Formats: sequence, structure tokens, C-alpha cells
Amino acid sequence: MRVEQIAVFLENRSGRLAEITAVLAENNINIRALSVADTADFGILRLIVDQVDRAKQALKEAGFTVGKTNVIAVEVPDRPGGLAEVLKIVEQAGLNVEYMYAFVNKSGENAVLIFRFDNMDSAIEALQNAGVVILTGAQVCSM
Amino acid sequence: MNWQEIETLPRAGMESIQLLRLRKLVERVYNTVAPYRAKMEEAGVRPDDIKTLADLRRLPFTTKDDLRDNYPFGLFTVPMEEVVRVHASSGTTGKPTVVGYTAADISMWADVMARCLAMAGVTRKDMIHNAYGYGLFTGGLGAHYGAERLGATVIPVSGGNSKRQITIMRDFGSTVLLATPSYALNLADTMTDMGVSPADLQLRIGIHGAEPWSENMREEVEQKLGIRALDIYGLSEVIGPGVAMECPHTDQGMHILEDHFLPEIVDPDTFEPLPYGEAGELVFTTLTKEAFPIIRYRTKDISRLVAEPCGCGRTLVRMEKVTGRTDDMLIIRGVNVFPSQVEHVLMGIEGVEPHYQIEVSREGNLDTMTVLVEVSEEVFSDEIKGLEQLGKRIQTEIKDLLGVTCGVKLVEPRTIQRSEGKAQRVIDRRNI
Repeated sequence: MRVEQIAVFLENRSGRLAEITAVLAENNINIRALSVADTADFGILRLIVDQVDRAKQALKEAGFTVGKTNVIAVEVPDRPGGLAEVLKIVEQAGLNVEYMYAFVNKSGENAVLIFRFDNMDSAIEALQNAGVVILTGAQVCSM
Repeated sequence: MNWQEIETLPRAGMESIQLLRLRKLVERVYNTVAPYRAKMEEAGVRPDDIKTLADLRRLPFTTKDDLRDNYPFGLFTVPMEEVVRVHASSGTTGKPTVVGYTAADISMWADVMARCLAMAGVTRKDMIHNAYGYGLFTGGLGAHYGAERLGATVIPVSGGNSKRQITIMRDFGSTVLLATPSYALNLADTMTDMGVSPADLQLRIGIHGAEPWSENMREEVEQKLGIRALDIYGLSEVIGPGVAMECPHTDQGMHILEDHFLPEIVDPDTFEPLPYGEAGELVFTTLTKEAFPIIRYRTKDISRLVAEPCGCGRTLVRMEKVTGRTDDMLIIRGVNVFPSQVEHVLMGIEGVEPHYQIEVSREGNLDTMTVLVEVSEEVFSDEIKGLEQLGKRIQTEIKDLLGVTCGVKLVEPRTIQRSEGKAQRVIDRRNI
């Protein structure tokens, strides 16, 4: 139920993002989703790619600091209110969203959102109990 | 003999006083301080061997390491109940350097500091605005007691809250400013912000020390505050402020109060004493301190001794303004900082690599220090708050150990230069 996400540390210098995408391109790695969180001093680039370990290796060799984290990919009805419904379930279960971002492609008729929760196990349970579809890593990588 | 007589003694007179005091000092320290006795025995020298001032060179040096090894009170010559005050200053790693004073020492300190104020032209009629920090730092209280001994009115403002300081200067009529040179310029900037000009104040003299400053800075201070700005030198291991002072003839350096503090210049590599006029490391022996006397303390400050007679009539030898250090110590906003202390903090945080760099610059006349730390895989977090917490933790631990608030900049791995041999830990962009 968990999807592996890669996080990369970004100093606030120009060209870092370009270099990361170049490294991934050279290694034939496809980005499925990404998000940049930034402060005045640095940023964190979060990526869902189709070949996690290879991407991590390639980026490390290129001198980047890379971490792997587990996140959840959730199907969300692609209509107004779709996201609100999912977030209501999250709130009622008393869960905290650390961050979230959207996927490039759709899963059939649905949008896909990546979530990181403070308590991943409770989150998976609560969402499944409410009938929310959680995609597996394999499904996500092959979308 | 009053202090005016002492300060104008012919050399022979001064030297006999120094020799008499030196012999008593060495005898006392040999008999009461085991670590000193051990060092002297190792060097094969006994108190009786000190027959002339030239024999000073036979005595072993004392360094900050000796103070650290005998932390906190191992080098004191009296029981703690005789010690009426302790002060502390930065050590090279985790522990500070501790110094102590008997009642007689405090009185002597007040005297030497009062003499320095008088040398600068300060009198009992002056209103002394003391912006040196009060606390473990010797600057604030050292200057304060000197001001009271002189009989002037002292305002113990300490540092910080610049706007309030300007208001006090204007309303109380402060005539003498005691502050670090960079803080003096910071006050000048605050004055401009407040629309206060030097003509609105009564300031006439500034006495600045605790950090190095150039002739250019002196001009700036004098011009912006409308004062005569003079240099003062001291260090807590010797006493605090009051070791040397510029008289208004500021051409050749500061007069050393050598009846209390015997100076030498030694070659920084061979440690051979050098003659007057040659530059080297400044070394001091305290001739009259009771609780914590110190023999041949290597200050790591680079200077030179000037014997030429001074226009003020004083025969006290002068030391040239300190031009550099033999070690890597920095002074940030008046606080001594050793890069090794930063390293000590970083090594104590799991996962933080020992690859760091310190950038020092001056913004708006206040020193800023930024520590660059490489983000390794161990400390990396996928959440912003994780990294922010890391930065905050480093900042807090540095503040706790060093007493200085610095910025922390997280950088990518392998962006801090590795070097063969000694790493270049510090990039100092200040133009002092």
C-alpha cells in the first residue's frame, strides 16, 4: 500500500533542479509526480519515479543527498468536492497531513494524490475503511 | 609613589620595581601552585635563579591549554574563600577559561582601569556610558570599577537596546562612551535612524577594545560620533580591560601598565624573546595579582613593543595595535570564538559530518557569523520541518556553548572544500 518516494536536498543555487532532471534523463528514468517544498534557504524535491533504486543511486553518484520515504497514493474522484471528501475522512480520523501533491496522470477516471501522513498505518486503515482506493507502488509506477 | 610618578619613572626605576615584584611572584607561585612548580621543575628553574629581568626567559610559558587542563580553579594560589570574584572567557573547545580575583586584585584592577581612563583624558567630572557587557565577560565590570575608582559617574547600560542607549546619552548627558568599536558604529547608525546628531549629545571621548579595529574604523567612529576614539587592550587571563591604553598621542600604540603587567614579544615559532621594535607574539607576566597570577602567558596576539619616548611624558613602554593572531580565534561582536568550538558542537550531533565552514561578515556594523553545514544522508529529512529543526538545534547548541547567535546554512554534500592539511574553516569577509 505504500509507495516509495525519493526526496532530494536542494541548496538555493540556480541549476540544481535542471541538473537533477538531467541525471534522471541520462539514466532513462521517468518522473511520475514531483513537488518542490522550499524555504528561503533551501528546498526539498520530492519525486515519484518509475525506477526508485536506480534513481537514488544515480543521484547519489552525481553528488546529491537523497532519501527514500514511504507515501500513499490515493485515488480521488476527478470532480469538484473530490478532494474535500477525502480530506474530511482524514480529518475525522484525527490524522495530520505532513504534505501532499498531485500526480501527472489520471488513474482511469480519477485523479491521484500523494500523501504523507504523520501516522501512515492509521491513515491506510482509515482511508480503506471509508472505501477510498489506495494504489500500490506497482500500479503507480506503471501508470 | 602615586600613579603619575610611576608612569614617568626612568627605565631603571621601572625595571627595579619589576624585578622585585617578579622575584616575589615566582617564589609565591612555586610554593603555592603545584602545576606551576611542576612546570618549573621540568624546565630546571627555581625561584632563586631569577636574578635579573633577563632571567624571565628561563621560566616556562603558560597557554590556554594549561588553563583548560587545570579547569576551573587549579591555578589559583589562594583558597576559594579568599576569591571574591570569578570571570570566564571562551575556551578552545567545550570548557571556558576561568579567572579569579581576591579583594586586593579587584582593587588593583580598579586602579589600573582608572589609570587607563585618566590616560584617555577622562576625569571625575565625566559621565561614563559603559556599554561593555556586564556578566562573566571582564569588560563590563572591569570598566565599571575603574570608572568608580576614578570618581566619575558611571551609567551601567551594558550592551543591546541601542535606541534606549541613545536616549540615555542624550537625556543624561553621557560624555565618555565605553563600547566595542563595532558597537560604537552600530550606535552611530541608530542615532541616524533616530534623527539624533552628535551635536545633540555631550560625547567627547570613546574608549574602544575587545576586538581588533583599524585606523579607518577609528576615523569613522570619530567622525560619526564627534568624539576622540582611543584604543584599550586587555584580556581576562591577565586581568581584563586595563592592561594597555592609548594616550591622546595615538601615533605609536598603547602604553602598557608595565608596573603590573610585564610584557615580552617572542618569535611565534621559536618562542625566543625578541628585542623592542620587532613584531611577534605578545606575552604577559602579572606582577601583582594574588588569586590568579600568570607567568609568561602566550596571548597569541601579534604586536610589537615601542620604546621611543612619548609626547605625553609617560615612560611606559607601548605596544602597537594588535595586527593579527597566531591561532584561528575570531572575535565576533566582542566575543572570542574558536572554530574548534563549532566543530565540538557539530561532532556532538549524530549524523552531522565534520565538514563545515564559518563565514564571518559585517552587516550594518555588526558582525555576523554563519555556519555552513553539509546535509548528509543521515540527517536529511523529507520534511521541511525536519531540516529546520536541525538548523535550529545547531544554532541553539552553538549559542549555548559559544555565547554567540549565528546563522546556520545547510548546504549540499561535498560543496565545502576538502583540503590537504589544515582545512580552511573560516572565511572572514570583514574589512577590519
